[in-house]
Amino acid sequence: MGRKTPLYQRHVDLGARTVDFGGWDMPVNYGSQIEEHHRVRREAGVFDVSHMTVVDIEGEGAREFLRNLLANDIDKLKGPGRALYGCMLNEQGGVIDDLITYWREEGRYRMVVNAATRERDLAWIREQADGHAVEVVEQADTAMLAVQGPEARERVAGLLPEGDREAALALKPFQCGDFGDLFIARTGYTGEDGFEMVLPADQAERWWDGLMEADVAPIGLGARDTLRLEAGLNLYGQDMDEDITPLECGLGWTVAFEPEARDFVGRAALERQREAGVATSFVGLVLEGRGVLRAGQVVKSSAGEGKLTSGSYSPTLERSIGLARIPRDAGEQVEVAIRKREVPARVVKPPFVRKGKPNIDL
Amino acid sequence: MSDVPAELKYTKSHEWVKVGDDGTLTVGITDHAQAALGDLVYVEAPETGESYAPGDACAVVESVKAASDIYCPVAGEIVESHESLADEPEHVNEDPYGDGWIFKLKPENPGDVDELLDADAYQKVIDEED
Repeated sequence: MGRKTPLYQRHVDLGARTVDFGGWDMPVNYGSQIEEHHRVRREAGVFDVSHMTVVDIEGEGAREFLRNLLANDIDKLKGPGRALYGCMLNEQGGVIDDLITYWREEGRYRMVVNAATRERDLAWIREQADGHAVEVVEQADTAMLAVQGPEARERVAGLLPEGDREAALALKPFQCGDFGDLFIARTGYTGEDGFEMVLPADQAERWWDGLMEADVAPIGLGARDTLRLEAGLNLYGQDMDEDITPLECGLGWTVAFEPEARDFVGRAALERQREAGVATSFVGLVLEGRGVLRAGQVVKSSAGEGKLTSGSYSPTLERSIGLARIPRDAGEQVEVAIRKREVPARVVKPPFVRKGKPNIDL
Repeated sequence: MSDVPAELKYTKSHEWVKVGDDGTLTVGITDHAQAALGDLVYVEAPETGESYAPGDACAVVESVKAASDIYCPVAGEIVESHESLADEPEHVNEDPYGDGWIFKLKPENPGDVDELLDADAYQKVIDEED
């Protein structure tokens, strides 16, 4: 028996199959996982992501603290009401977690970190905060919903108080805002448009019911995984961990080496690695023979072996796809060991799917 | 509630077995198993002519979530393989006891099938899992 979100009973009532995820009892699917996937790509779906950890960083030292804690530079943000994706690293440059940081107003930031890494993240953030004029506050009494899909924003807006609708719909990608006790950001983990919302736990059921009435489909963690994989988004614990640097998992673009004067945890290690060169590349794979790509499978190439870090079936492409770390000179054609066979696969550049449409040659 | 037809035999690992008029056994996975696996996207049926011991992994079904081995219920030789499932694995979800059959087996010893679980005993296996 794991921890339960404020919406657990709703999931049970909908007939969800639940699974342990990072110590939480979470819905993995309500019916057909593939149907749920299509609903998000074509229309709108809602995920209960209340298991994710919301951490507020507040105080006059917040900006300086986050500029040291994160490998991406929050000074890239042009003003409050904007969000930034990036990694929190250890001194060796390994990824402790990947997260989105939201700048709410001067001296007030919000981070949303993974459920499975909660304890480690909180301990690390508090340790790093020592000596900075900041308060680290975990918001435990909140629920979080991700409403995703081409119709998502319109359907959420219909449930907002009239005075907030226009402002919420005006949010651009990676912008955020507070609307009373509702926090809304135009972010997500599916490659579709949509909102992520943090709300008081006692409003969770009312919001959920409203979304169901607005014809937003409930979506489980199963479809969440295939959606993020098609979108080429990494999953912490699979595609990267504390022994993998951002340069080894396709997240080099989230590391702000400029300005040079900004020191951040892991910087020295990443600079050394950048100078020496990274021996692997992080790529997408499309399986060309029969079978299904899975995390852990060995990739064979003319330049040596690599490994699948994520793999599944893509409902949009009707092919098996995966993410892999392979030798830099592996070329475009590789083979994947699936049980006793070696099955050909093609190296591609993620995302596999963009705005509901294939983004690679099939 | 999962469907557990009374006329079939079962294994603890969620295969069903139907005894044909000629003694051939048809094997698939149960309704409970297909529901637990979720949408199937690939089935690797065994090759005709191969022989297996009871409990040998002889086929694989893959859902979006994971791959699962299918175990041979009794010793025997594969006499027919449902190869079209490779292209239409959804038949296992839609009709697990009919069009979702996976292979046919000629048992080494026809009496072995009597050792398998009956519907009541299999129902207990499911109940204990839930």
